[in-house]
Amino acid sequence: MTYSYDVQAKNFTRAGAVSSEFKKELKKLNLPSALIKRIIIALYEGEVNVVAHSYGGSITCTISSESVIITIQDTGPGIPDIALAMKEGFSTASDEVREMGFGAGMGMANMKKNSDSLHITSAEGKETRIDLSFLLTFEEGT
Amino acid sequence: MTLEEVVKHVNGTVLTGEVSLTREVEYGFSSDLMSDVLTLLDDNILLITGLSNNQAVRTAEMSDIHQILFVRGKMPDKGMIQMAKEHGITLIATSYSMFRTSGILYNAGLPYIY
Ligand SMILES: Nc1ncnc2c1ncn2[C@@H]1O[C@H](COP(=O)(O)OP(=O)(O)OP(=O)(O)O)[C@@H](O)[C@H]1O
Ligand SMILES: [Mg+2]
Repeated sequence: MTYSYDVQAKNFTRAGAVSSEFKKELKKLNLPSALIKRIIIALYEGEVNVVAHSYGGSITCTISSESVIITIQDTGPGIPDIALAMKEGFSTASDEVREMGFGAGMGMANMKKNSDSLHITSAEGKETRIDLSFLLTFEEGT
Repeated sequence: MTLEEVVKHVNGTVLTGEVSLTREVEYGFSSDLMSDVLTLLDDNILLITGLSNNQAVRTAEMSDIHQILFVRGKMPDKGMIQMAKEHGITLIATSYSMFRTSGILYNAGLPYIY
């Protein structure tokens, strides 16, 4: 099952709406709550990054029997130095983003920590694509 | 510590209507940084924050945090209260500062994370 969503740049009223929607879908499955939390936190960090740092984009989430695969794609401006962006504490967030409670430079590291794999494709002036995967484990007795 | 005790200790006001306050909170965590909150793995956390915009409620929703205590008279707006109610999150407000609020609850025995 694949779910597709649009994400608007700079719209902090709606930031998190995709993660909220997809969380409802995951809750219909019999997944451990700690696993759902890992998936949703990584997704939310990615969604907020698209709102905060990009020109906007889209998110697709695919659920299969073994995994959840999430692709977060935006239309730029790209990440010049991915290794630097991954470092805890590095942030180029605007004052507006900081006022919303973001911009500590912890999001990307947290996405890596919470996912089973993270792959980032980006460059200066290019779109950014982030692929996340999560292996599924199901609750006992189902 | 129950939510009822939290409210009493900080002379707080519950903003999400008539909800049960018998729920137990196991830890307190004070922060205005949502990406910091998003690193917490524990359950039954009381989030203490001065950040009263809807990303505070969103962050609680994503982190399975079921209660937020807004300090220093910061008031969430109607939209946030609505969003919180939809997700079963209890919002409480106090006029006390973050320092005072945290100190009181710590003294009263609410455990910390980190
Ligand atoms: N989709 C994106 N497009 C362009 N730049 C990005 C994107 N995502 C992240 N970045 C860059 O990488 C930096 C680090 O991102 P990260 O999520 O770790 O921290 P942050 O968003 O700045 O703060 P936090 O996530 O802690 O609130 C950002 O400040 C930004 O410069
Ligand atoms: Mg971020």
